[in-house]
Amino acid sequence: MDFSAVFAEAHVFLRGTVHTLVVSALSVVVGFVIALPVCAARISQSLILQRAAALYVSFWRGVPLLVLLLLVFYALPYIGLAFPPMVAAVIALSLCTAAYQAEILRGGLIAIPQGQREAARALGLTRWQIRMQVELPQALRIVMPALVSDVMLVVKSSALVSVVGVLDLTRASQNLAASSFRPFEAYLAALLIYLVINVLIAQAGHYLELRLAVGHKRFRL
Amino acid sequence: MSFDLNLIAQYGPDLLRGLMLTLLTWVVGSALGLISGLVLMLLQLSDLPFVRPVIRVYIETVRGTPFLVQLFLAYYGGPAIGIDIPALTLGIACLGIYSSAYFAEIFRAGIAAVPRGQVEAATSLGLTRSTIFIRIVSPQMFIAALPAIVNLVVIVLKETSVLSIITIPELTAQLGGMSSDTFRFFESYAVLALVFWGLTELTSYLGLRLEKAITRHVVYR
Repeated sequence: MDFSAVFAEAHVFLRGTVHTLVVSALSVVVGFVIALPVCAARISQSLILQRAAALYVSFWRGVPLLVLLLLVFYALPYIGLAFPPMVAAVIALSLCTAAYQAEILRGGLIAIPQGQREAARALGLTRWQIRMQVELPQALRIVMPALVSDVMLVVKSSALVSVVGVLDLTRASQNLAASSFRPFEAYLAALLIYLVINVLIAQAGHYLELRLAVGHKRFRL
Repeated sequence: MSFDLNLIAQYGPDLLRGLMLTLLTWVVGSALGLISGLVLMLLQLSDLPFVRPVIRVYIETVRGTPFLVQLFLAYYGGPAIGIDIPALTLGIACLGIYSSAYFAEIFRAGIAAVPRGQVEAATSLGLTRSTIFIRIVSPQMFIAALPAIVNLVVIVLKETSVLSIITIPELTAQLGGMSSDTFRFFESYAVLALVFWGLTELTSYLGLRLEKAITRHVVYR
């Protein structure tokens, strides 16, 4: 094994890593923004909204991400939207993770004791206030471990955006494997970088959980 | 955006072959992962030195890195270190390795769900360790783990689409070929998404049925 070629091209890996992190972070944030209304529809009184949200979740969770990426990448031009690969990748990834996050949030909302809502209503809070100020913060605290797992899943899934031409960590290692004739070292390096990213996210998530549990000892496991 | 049914007739045999390969890699990959996951879990229970930390590192590495990069490392990096396996065999083996780490964790959680008193009672009745595992622990472990197993089998099905990237002519590759031959990208990938969606929904439904059938006589769930 000879990693000198990998170290010589460290800047390529660095740029790829940055792209992977940017795509993942954007997808998680945009996905969360989409997940909120999807989750709200999923637990709403309206049967039509419920069904529509369930269909959304079932589709985006039931189809392989690779297929979804290709579908979004090739479908957008049909409706007159030609985006660069990076944007198409973020759209596909965030629509997909939104489905997972919506289900995670739903689990958190269900876990909130009914008394919280009743107390908030008794205090005269509006439905919107109850949602945003009473339910959401508590739900987030409950589902934080699951959300952190989802962030790690997004980072791993983002490797697939290399297929539609985004210069992410996976694409960078492919290029390096081809140019240096050292495929084993190049892919092993990429594998280790992904592992380090995910270990760091897990650590950060653990820290966040402890911070969120301050003053709420009973949520501490 | 009109869909030409003649295309399906023309490409029918190829698509059918692709579907067969998708099903083959899915079933064999899942079975391989299930069996090796079980072995990994059993090894983790053993008292042998070094076995537990080595398996932990294996599980965390596999779970912390993208399947695509694992596949690249094996397919392009393998020959560089003298491991040259045909793409299909390698793809199935990689699916097995990938899912084995998740299966091991699922089984570990399943064992934790078996009440300790049962093992203690069995021990005091003089049953051997292997009998306790086979007759007492494992049936309950499988029941507790069933929803997670079905979920993982669905994930493996979705990951089979990634095998198209290392030249395995499964359904994603076949429809990809059809799309670039005919320039009907959107239709091809829409059909592909629908096929996968149908398969994952069917699997989840059958899993739910199985769960209901098995837990019919189980009281404590």
